[in-house]
Amino acid sequence: MNAKIIDRVMTVVFYAIALLLIVILFGLIGYILARGVPKLSLTFLTGPPRSLEAGSGIGTPLFNSLYMLFLTMVFTVPIGVGGGIYLAEYARPGRLTDAIRAAIEVLSSLPSIVVGLFGFLVFVYYTGWGYTLMGGALALMLFNLPLMVRTSEEAIRAVPHEQKEASLALGISHWRTITDVLFPSALPGIVTGAILTAGRAFGEAAALIFTSGMSSPPLDFHDWNPLSSASPLNPFRPGETLAVNIWKVNSEGLIPDAKEVAAGASAVLVLSVLLFNVLARFASRYVYRKMTASKS
Amino acid sequence: MEAKPLIARGRSHEGLRDRLGFIGTLFSVTIIVLAVAGIYLFVFSKGLATFFVNQVNVLDFLFGTEWRPTLTEEEGGPKFGVLPFIVGSFIVTFLSAAIAGPIGIGAAIFMTEIAPPWGRKAMQPVIELLVGIPSVVYGFTGLTLLVPFIREHVGGLGFGLLAGVIVLSVMILPTITSISVDALSAVAPEIKAGSYALGATRWQTIWRILMRAGASGFVTAVIFGMARAFGEALAVQMVIGNGKNMPTSLLEPASTITTVITMNMGNTVAGSVENNVLWSLALLLLLMSTVFIFAVRWIGRRGRMMSR
Amino acid sequence: MFCVGESLTTPAPPRPVWIAERWATDEAETDARESAREASESAVAIETRDLNVHYGDVHAIKGIDLKFYRSEITALIGPSGCGKSTYLRSLNRMNDTIPSARTTGQILLGGVDLNRPDIDVWALRKRVGMVWQRPNPFNKSIYENVAFAPRFHGVKKKPELDEIVERSLRAAALWDEVKDRLHESAFALSGGQQQRLCIARALAIEPEILLLDEPASALDPISTAKIEELLFELKKRYTVIIVTHNMQQAARISDRTAFFLNGELIEYADTKTIFTRPERKETEDYVSGRFG
Repeated sequence: MNAKIIDRVMTVVFYAIALLLIVILFGLIGYILARGVPKLSLTFLTGPPRSLEAGSGIGTPLFNSLYMLFLTMVFTVPIGVGGGIYLAEYARPGRLTDAIRAAIEVLSSLPSIVVGLFGFLVFVYYTGWGYTLMGGALALMLFNLPLMVRTSEEAIRAVPHEQKEASLALGISHWRTITDVLFPSALPGIVTGAILTAGRAFGEAAALIFTSGMSSPPLDFHDWNPLSSASPLNPFRPGETLAVNIWKVNSEGLIPDAKEVAAGASAVLVLSVLLFNVLARFASRYVYRKMTASKS
Repeated sequence: MEAKPLIARGRSHEGLRDRLGFIGTLFSVTIIVLAVAGIYLFVFSKGLATFFVNQVNVLDFLFGTEWRPTLTEEEGGPKFGVLPFIVGSFIVTFLSAAIAGPIGIGAAIFMTEIAPPWGRKAMQPVIELLVGIPSVVYGFTGLTLLVPFIREHVGGLGFGLLAGVIVLSVMILPTITSISVDALSAVAPEIKAGSYALGATRWQTIWRILMRAGASGFVTAVIFGMARAFGEALAVQMVIGNGKNMPTSLLEPASTITTVITMNMGNTVAGSVENNVLWSLALLLLLMSTVFIFAVRWIGRRGRMMSR
Repeated sequence: MFCVGESLTTPAPPRPVWIAERWATDEAETDARESAREASESAVAIETRDLNVHYGDVHAIKGIDLKFYRSEITALIGPSGCGKSTYLRSLNRMNDTIPSARTTGQILLGGVDLNRPDIDVWALRKRVGMVWQRPNPFNKSIYENVAFAPRFHGVKKKPELDEIVERSLRAAALWDEVKDRLHESAFALSGGQQQRLCIARALAIEPEILLLDEPASALDPISTAKIEELLFELKKRYTVIIVTHNMQQAARISDRTAFFLNGELIEYADTKTIFTRPERKETEDYVSGRFG
């Protein structure tokens, strides 16, 4: 066969593959949104889940997801940025650094259920806490640290070397050079990394079913004292997140409208992922403009 | 701002900060390293307890085909054969990689070589977005869309290996595409220009030049996809049907290592043999993931050496 | 490419016109320089004794003995890779930041050897300021660029900082151009303004020595002229050491010139001597443009 004809045929094949990919992917998102968005209403978004009858809302899981996200980012961002600074600024080439990098790579590729099991053993069992939001947040932190470390390291390395030299030559300490010169310049990249990390944490479920549990105690949304056991803000209470809720209502199937509830919750998750992506794109630009303080 | 003596004496306020800052970052990486060490340590010790404490035979465990943990001793003792789950895991992993691999690599070639620039610009963010879609959403879509479809048009209950394979294929497709795009973008343009200059068609250039230049990147992409498929728990659990027997057809309900752990970990008592067996499965999962990770590292290093 | 062997066999070329013009027109200044040459030991601001720098296995700087005098501009010239920048960077221990670099020998500032391991490099770098080839202001406002280092070194009060910022920007001849937009980003300034800001930043901590690594090579001629003019002002108060590729610049502004080749100091004398009657053949060839 003529080379030109093969080339034509293969071009068509590639177009077909791309089309297939686009159809699958858009179909998936379209399906989730078409099925879930009509379900979204204020009562659905804020209502409490019911265990046996129809009419569940996702208010409690949604709150748990947001609160868990907050808790896990409180741990992930400082430790992740710290690790990124270590690798970008202090790590000397050698065996130790290779080992640290290997550990980070391994942690980033472990199945989330393995991290969840480890979390179950350490944060649920050995600490005696039982299923808690705190345990879930710590498990999510382990799961997300590699991404945060990597994006922070890249952001710090991307700062021109001359900036660092200029600061050191003024007699500024290495640490203050990092915090006052490198960090502000790297901040847009770090913010992007943090938002991407948050997006991943928001949708994670497998690491949470054995750490923060699959149910919530009755919550009193007027009690904001973090120490009281019925308070939504108490980090040492069990709390199912939105993603866990989707899995639970489907696999337990105790409520008659499980599919409808899950469809609405899925749409919320997909929209959140979209939001996190858009945020990541715009936040870094916004932070950059803020940092350089240019008015134009 | 008076001149300080040049010879360092004592520790100033800033000197202390400098040290503390370093210690803080060292603390951060220490947490990560300890976590990884802890994961291996705990999973190994719990996972091996089945064999050393509960005296379950390793071969009966790995190659047994009967999973009946609640069987009493009079009835022939509890049986912990996990071969059906191992087989299930490998089937869904390899089949989904076999489906998603060519499509993902093809799409990557389309994006870098064939599509007009705006096509790539439009597809890239969509792919990145899809990498971030939570796995329960994939599972839910499989459950409500795919399972009924298979039941009505293919046969069986709908729940089964086939549904698991398709859900995982769609799930790892964006991962494979995005890593392959990165690999192709790293191919030096001169290599391609040389091929076109010799009068090769686009397909000949793709087939002879790009497939070779991108090979290690493609393999990395597929292994990453396989690692994700092998370790995925909830999406698969929702559609695979959770059958306990050795699968004989793609339409039959089956289980994988991860789904068995997911289903049973909450219902067993810590320290009991039923629970320890689940940790042994977790150990298998951990070992397999480690193999995937080091395969990727090894290929990456080889790829770098070849390109030198 | 240059070849020293070839230059030995061919007759010396006519000296470039600009060298003749440079010293034909201002005899009066030459006298001033003659007296400067006889500067006493007490006028030495910083000196190195047998200074060596290795990068891994590469011997980059080979046993340099040099004295720099107060209130003078000293130019370090030589072809690319001759070690002049490395030498400059060793004077404020910036080579410490390169893991493979190793420095031996003595660097004496006020009788103290800066190469001792127990030296407080922050205090040292406060006394030896540095400016680079490409302007590298911080990703901060103009004000913060200047105030950052004084604040680190202990100036906390706002009025004092304001005063330092104004004085440093005036000294760098930038005040009038930026006084109304001190809190805008330094990146909004032109290249020449950025470089003067970098000089102001270095002056803010009141160093004794100012090291400049080709400070004008990335700038347009007008900005270059401004920087050179500024250096004449600065040398009244500071010891200025400047690395330059541009020999006309070295001849225009410096009092003394050191010629480096392959990590060695070939010749060091007052600038007029180096350019008009150098002792060494290599110097003659370099300044007259035979290689470089």
